[in-house]
Amino acid sequence: MTPHMLTRSLDRGATIFLLVVAALGVLIPLFNLLLPAGSFLQVPTYLVALWGKYVCYAILALSIDLIWGYCGILSLGHGAFFALGGYAMGMYLMRQIGTRGVYGNPILPDFMVFLNWQKLPWYWYGFDMFWFAALMVLFVPGLLAFCFGWLAFRSRVTGVYLSIITQAMTYALLLAFFRNDFGFGGNNGLTDFKDILGFNVQAEGTRAALFALSCLALIIGFLICRAIVSSKLGKVLIAVRDAESRTRFLGYRVESYKLFVFTVSACMAGVAGALYVPQVGIINPSEFAPGNSIEAVIWVAVGGRGTLVGAALGAVVVNYAKTFFTSGMLAPYWLFMLGALFILVTLLLPKGIVGTFNAWWDQSKEKRTAASAASAAAEDGVTEPKMAE
Amino acid sequence: MNVMDTRATSAMLYLDGVHVSFDGFHAINNLSLTLEPGEMRAIIGPNGAGKTTMMDIITGKTKPDEGTVLFDGVTDLTRLDETRIAELGIGRKFQKPTVFESQTVQDNLLLALNVDHSVRGTLFWRGSKAESERIDKVLETIRLTEARNRLAGSLSHGQKQWLEIGMLLAQDPKLLLVDEPVAGMTDVETHLTAELLKEINKTHTVMVVEHDMTFVRELGVKVTCLHEGTVLAEGTIDQVSSNERVIEVYLGR
Repeated sequence: MTPHMLTRSLDRGATIFLLVVAALGVLIPLFNLLLPAGSFLQVPTYLVALWGKYVCYAILALSIDLIWGYCGILSLGHGAFFALGGYAMGMYLMRQIGTRGVYGNPILPDFMVFLNWQKLPWYWYGFDMFWFAALMVLFVPGLLAFCFGWLAFRSRVTGVYLSIITQAMTYALLLAFFRNDFGFGGNNGLTDFKDILGFNVQAEGTRAALFALSCLALIIGFLICRAIVSSKLGKVLIAVRDAESRTRFLGYRVESYKLFVFTVSACMAGVAGALYVPQVGIINPSEFAPGNSIEAVIWVAVGGRGTLVGAALGAVVVNYAKTFFTSGMLAPYWLFMLGALFILVTLLLPKGIVGTFNAWWDQSKEKRTAASAASAAAEDGVTEPKMAE
Repeated sequence: MNVMDTRATSAMLYLDGVHVSFDGFHAINNLSLTLEPGEMRAIIGPNGAGKTTMMDIITGKTKPDEGTVLFDGVTDLTRLDETRIAELGIGRKFQKPTVFESQTVQDNLLLALNVDHSVRGTLFWRGSKAESERIDKVLETIRLTEARNRLAGSLSHGQKQWLEIGMLLAQDPKLLLVDEPVAGMTDVETHLTAELLKEINKTHTVMVVEHDMTFVRELGVKVTCLHEGTVLAEGTIDQVSSNERVIEVYLGR
């Protein structure tokens, strides 16, 4: 990113958002670690982990908003990229267990020993090294998105058809990862993690650090998205969203633009998944469930499509509500509430929380400038000429 | 690239024996037409004559079943897609004005400029003086300087038509295809549009499809009348409008 791209991408809303995330990323871990338990501001560790999860969801929501809000690609399978990133991280964490597993095998994870496998499958090679796993976190979702997008966008699959095949993609992966012989722990997935880069994943310090890292990833992801959408490429993306064939007749290779942004988005979703797994302690095939991907789209719709800040906010708000409602008497009705929320937002707040706020803000700003111009004119004793439309 | 060794024709646009049918309906039937460099041609014809389909063929949206379509004497357009054809220098204004409504007038023109259209080029794009000067010039030509920061969606119908013509100018193509530029315009706007197109024609080859006969008369250029996907008559507006077959087609037999 060049300096002019950075300055161009930071408007007031973006700056406020970054400051808030940075403050949370610093203060929550500090309040958790430094203040004595029982003090008023002390943040319990379980809350740090919970909020860490929300931040990961916010990154996922950001990645969806980048393609849906700005380029009109409604992916209903983005959870797949999130889960793949999560699995890549999970594989690293599995290899770190070593002899501390139930069966004490230094190389093979427990589930492989249980299945009577003699040696490590080739695709597990390298995952004992953190740098390799980190690379795969970006590479695997990116590659899948690239291949999928290359086929779909070149064949000009758009709109609801694209949404349906993304659903099919994540469902196919769900079924594949369920199988024991696929080599990723089947139904149980990967769990029982011990440490990450030598630090105990359960320790307070590690959790606080993971939370801070998630906030950092959210900041970086947000900056990347802002840099993209505030560049000329961002204008092309909006043009594709609003009038795809017109854009083509101007000489833009629409499929290349879609492929670029779809791949970037998938990599971001992968990072979100990778940060999520050590904080929740498990990754299993249910992360591929189509419902998860749809839920993520709802977060974006609630927060405000095409605003980036709204996507992140929507993810946090909806998930906070989910935590709140699913832990009480209302738990059986959560899905109904989520559905109702989606319908209400579509009907009453089609621009989402942030979109509606922005529209209101712009309008009131216009009024204020008009009012101040009118009062200035009155002071000068000049009558405002009627504006001709 | 499908560039032939030598120019097959001096024409800017050369259509020969073009056929297209959709599910058995012959939209274009043995259509042959040539447009010389620097020419402006008006295309008239009743509804369903194949005017828009012809533009679809030239711009790569529709592939012909048969026939030759050559651009600039060397390039076979039937094998290229929309993006490639636009890059070669064929710009199109649609029947229904299609501008990018949620972006400003200025940004619409910026998007249309014929500069680097690659993903990398647009990602690392930074405005240049030359670009903004070109945009200023186009804004002046289409009389939208005052509206440059307004959203294109908030423009009046006539202004949108002009903005789209402005986008064509920014694109600076060798050949402009203009589909019904004055549909829904007032008389004054129609007159101004004719002036604008004549101005554009000084430096570009133009093909205009239009129903409005007053407008076509005002352009004062060679007219081609299409009917059932083939050329019915060609000549000055007076010759064409006094042609018996043309009268028959327009008034019914």
